[in-house]
Amino acid sequence: MMEIGLGHYLAVAAVLFTIGVFGIFVNRKNVIILLMSIELILLSVNVNLVAFSSFLGDLAGQVFALFVLTVAAAEAAVGLAILVVYFRNRGDISVEGVNLMKG
Amino acid sequence: MLANLAFWAFSGVAIASALMVVVARNPVRSVLFLILAFFSAAGLFVLLGAEFLAMLLIVVYVGAVAVLFLFVVMMLDIDFAELKQGFLSYLPLGGLIGIVLAAELAMIGLNWEAAPQAEALRAAAMPEGMSNIEALGTVIYDQYVYFFQAAGLILLVAMIGAIVLTLRHKPGVKRQSVTAQVGRDRKDAVEMLDIKPGQGIGE
Repeated sequence: MMEIGLGHYLAVAAVLFTIGVFGIFVNRKNVIILLMSIELILLSVNVNLVAFSSFLGDLAGQVFALFVLTVAAAEAAVGLAILVVYFRNRGDISVEGVNLMKG
Repeated sequence: MLANLAFWAFSGVAIASALMVVVARNPVRSVLFLILAFFSAAGLFVLLGAEFLAMLLIVVYVGAVAVLFLFVVMMLDIDFAELKQGFLSYLPLGGLIGIVLAAELAMIGLNWEAAPQAEALRAAAMPEGMSNIEALGTVIYDQYVYFFQAAGLILLVAMIGAIVLTLRHKPGVKRQSVTAQVGRDRKDAVEMLDIKPGQGIGE
């Protein structure tokens, strides 16, 4: 079995990122899964940061991953709050019908 | 050898469950697969030597964010079957974009190499003979202390925003009114009645 290197971790992160973007394009009716796809994308960024940090011996990458985690948690909280308000007003959570602001 | 095996297991489970998050029919299952994906990613972090971040991932995501998602999924009364309509019509476009993105990432990944001076440019080199948590603590509370405070502020703003967004005042709910309680005096509260014997209050 070959040695696990930086490239392997980057490949896993790339696949996770691609799945996240795919999820955003495929789930047009469900904002909850859209938010989960964004979480997956942020997770893949974290895997990248931690992999580089580990293989380069630089702790700054892990600090960055910590901040990404913070922002992801804040984004989930605010996003879900907006979702709850949106559901109260409209009765469904489809992305296609988002035209309340008439932008 | 065992570490290699663990890497393949964790990454395989992470990718498979990430795919299931996207394609699952029931959002509750999606959330559960998201928890599994984050759990496997935490395993990958342990393999990379970032133990603190692995534990943080489990505490923050499995403990808070995933439960929040689950709470919202179960609180909203949604017709799940209707949500998946149109999935197939978006599948070709989504698949095409996914493949293009994966190909671009692969092109970068195959032609990429580290800069020769990367070692010298490290912002915070890992100190020798320290555990991961200890080393991370010395860096966060020293070099990055203002960023750490800013992260706290972001969380505070997010918390206030979420509360303000979801707070609503229902009409008809009885609340305590301190001014009314304190402003009450003897005139409105007590009435003296002169009752004749054998007649009762009447009326």
